[in-house]
Amino acid sequence: MGKFTEDDLKKELESKEYEYGFYTDIESDTFPVGLNEDIVRAISMKKEEPQWMTDWRLESFRAWQEMEEPNWANVTYKKPDFQNISYYSAPSKKAKYDSIDEVDPELLETFNKLGISLEEQKKLAGVAVDIVMDSVSVATTFKDTLAEKGIIFCSISEAIREHPELVKKYIGTVVPQKDNFYAALNSAVFSDGSFCYIPKGVRCPMELSTYFRINQAGTGQFERTLVIADEGSYVSYLEGCTAPSRDENQLHAAVVELIALDNAEIKYSTVQNWYPGDKEGKGGVFNFVTKRGICEKNAKISWTQVETGSAVTWKYPSCILKGDNSIGEFYSIAVTNNYQQADTGTKMIHLGKNTRSTIISKGISAGKSQNSYRGLVKISPRADNARNFSQCDSLLMGNKCGAHTFPYIEAKNKSAQIEHEATTSKIGEDQIFYCNQRGIDTEKAIALIVNGFSKEVLNKLPMEFAVEAQKLLEISLEGSVG
Amino acid sequence: MSLKDKLLSSFIAFEDYLEDDSPIHDIRNKAIKSFEDKGFPTRKEEAWKYTSLNSLLKEDYNLYSKQEHTLEFKDVRKYFLHEVDTYKVVFVDGVYSSFLSETTHDKLDVCLLSAALGKEKYKPVIEAYFNKIAKEESLTSLNTAFAKEGAYIFVPNHVEADKPIEVINFSTGSEAASFLQPRNLIIVGENAHVQIIERHQSLSNNAVLTNSVTEIFAEKRAHVDYYKIQNDQIKASLIDTTYLKQEQDSVCKVHTFSFGGKLIRNNLNFYQAGQHCDSVLKGVTILEGKQHVDHNTLVHHISPNCESHQDYKGIFDDSSTGVFNGKVLVEKEAQKIDAFQQNNNILISDKSTINAKPQLEIFADDVKCSHGCTIGQLDEEAMFYLRSRGIGVKEARALLMYAFANNVLESVKIPELKKRINKLIAQKIGVRLGFDL
Repeated sequence: MGKFTEDDLKKELESKEYEYGFYTDIESDTFPVGLNEDIVRAISMKKEEPQWMTDWRLESFRAWQEMEEPNWANVTYKKPDFQNISYYSAPSKKAKYDSIDEVDPELLETFNKLGISLEEQKKLAGVAVDIVMDSVSVATTFKDTLAEKGIIFCSISEAIREHPELVKKYIGTVVPQKDNFYAALNSAVFSDGSFCYIPKGVRCPMELSTYFRINQAGTGQFERTLVIADEGSYVSYLEGCTAPSRDENQLHAAVVELIALDNAEIKYSTVQNWYPGDKEGKGGVFNFVTKRGICEKNAKISWTQVETGSAVTWKYPSCILKGDNSIGEFYSIAVTNNYQQADTGTKMIHLGKNTRSTIISKGISAGKSQNSYRGLVKISPRADNARNFSQCDSLLMGNKCGAHTFPYIEAKNKSAQIEHEATTSKIGEDQIFYCNQRGIDTEKAIALIVNGFSKEVLNKLPMEFAVEAQKLLEISLEGSVG
Repeated sequence: MSLKDKLLSSFIAFEDYLEDDSPIHDIRNKAIKSFEDKGFPTRKEEAWKYTSLNSLLKEDYNLYSKQEHTLEFKDVRKYFLHEVDTYKVVFVDGVYSSFLSETTHDKLDVCLLSAALGKEKYKPVIEAYFNKIAKEESLTSLNTAFAKEGAYIFVPNHVEADKPIEVINFSTGSEAASFLQPRNLIIVGENAHVQIIERHQSLSNNAVLTNSVTEIFAEKRAHVDYYKIQNDQIKASLIDTTYLKQEQDSVCKVHTFSFGGKLIRNNLNFYQAGQHCDSVLKGVTILEGKQHVDHNTLVHHISPNCESHQDYKGIFDDSSTGVFNGKVLVEKEAQKIDAFQQNNNILISDKSTINAKPQLEIFADDVKCSHGCTIGQLDEEAMFYLRSRGIGVKEARALLMYAFANNVLESVKIPELKKRINKLIAQKIGVRLGFDL
């Protein structure tokens, strides 16, 4: 057998099409393209929302009209035409299912192709899955188990109907309607998303997870997630995404709000694998997400993300450390290949005393991609003894890609202790040689090294996610070393 | 009338006053246009996010000194490095002072930019170098438009400058507020060595705003050692922009010591055009009161096999603000780069602020680039150790601060200058240590 050369690897990588690229034909109930107040009202009506929600959406819409699209990020793309997007699409057979047998078999087939077997997950992983497909929740499992503990885990539209007092109290408190262009857009037109409430002192017995998919051509997906952990509670929340192959750019502008009350802990993990476009850089998803959490006293929020997909990513999961002794964590792996662009990082806003934050960011760029870390660590004058540690490592493969770091550090308190370090490197020839020498082929060696490079972050993922993430890393990168 | 309008209208008079055949006539006109388009930078620009010029621009500056002032050497002696023999290029309110200066045309040229601009002999040099690396940024353009006076240093190939060169800009404060724009051009030939000390000094309590631009060209194997001492009066502000282009095997070091002044903005730009270059950027900043110092550095790695080292230390007391915005840019051709950047800060007071933005932009894969940035306090245990040995709080603190800044001080190559800076630091911290460090 001939030697598997770098060229072979490159060829294989280039010819590797998006594995999850397929399209399921389900009759959709899709709105006409364009956005105006009537569309916003219609979305609200469709979701059978109360008047206050409609007003809230309209308020956001009016604010959005006044705003301009941000262009400070280190990414270039053709700005989406917001009047050329359909803002609502739902699978038409939208009856509520009690059991999985009632779910549209075609839909189930889609999930099977993605490797998400509901039954299997129910049995093996003990994960309650609330599947969001094109914006409407179609299947919910383990609801009863959760209900026993008083945990509410449902779609946000259901929450608006069933638990308006909770939604009304917390929605928009972490990410205000006018926060930024995409958050305002999302607040106006969000179609669905997940809602989670953990009552006082309850430790959620299982990992809560939602899978998102974009499925309808030309529809933007505007998810809204609201997670509330009441005093002393704990929840681990997983979010994973895969999207079908499509040539037209799709817009994804989600908002995630986390609220950790006194002594609560939220762990939020994401594996993002939206369609990144083909090797020419054509198509792919635009991922403009606003994720933010607020920590009250002694609370902790931990963000873990593995970003391998999307043509353009613009995402900064942040923590507002409002309460004393609160903790914020951010662990991220961002992989870009071909023409992908990622501008991602975090913000740690220290307001309370003795607050601590940790940032570990690993960026891997290959092909002709651009990968940026952009982060802010801010210590307010009242945040005595605040502590931050940041580490941003970048790995470059080939000289056609770029790695950038834009850390902002603002300290206004003398007792603050901040450390920031960043490194950029490549996979050393000696490292590969060492592996080759021991009978590990180059491709495996790279996987091994990348895995080692990302280990600090992978370790933070829940078990089943870690496996998926590792697989994704391999798919995205194998053989791309030069 | 805003300062911008004032400058624009005075430019016409300025052009009329100069002879028309000035070799840089076109450059000036282009530059004023660029400044007119851009205006003064505002905080909306990313590079000026943490520094606002608003308070400075409100002053009613006098653009030209009405009368010439002479200074007695004994009055300003302390601002010179008088322990050693040096070449001196001295300006008083922007006007060359032949009395205080000590220039040369023997072996190397240490003289005035106005002379170089005026004489036919220098024409090829001016054409080859003047305004070649200065970027079209608003403040640089403003300086270029009014470029008239400053130091001109030309060290020919294989010449080692026999003594350090001091470039000092005094402002006498005879006007309520003055605006100065010195422009320096420094060319260091192949294999040549030079040490330069630059200082801006105000002699009164009147407001001064200096917008200084320096272009430095280091040819193959050249060695340039540049020291900037910024210990000005509390109402003096400085915007200092330096562009430095390095050819193959050259070694350039710029040390910036910022202790005084109201607002200081240092733009330090290194371009490595040849292979095996070494760039060193170091700085110590010690601030108090309401002082504001902004270090904005750029190291642009264009060629492979180069190195760069940055090390900036800052100590901030009272309501002072420190900004560090360091950028390392590695082009895709620039393989095998070793770039290192470090920024350490100590906040002494609750009201002091530090904003840091250490940035890496890397397009080449086979590089070693890293940066570190810390904000912290003096080590309590170290303090305890010193105090338990009978050293007073103030002295112990001073000692630790010295140690903190020592990395940068160590690489100062002129012993007398090092001593001088040590003294300045001691003054700044308010102690007398019975030993030299």
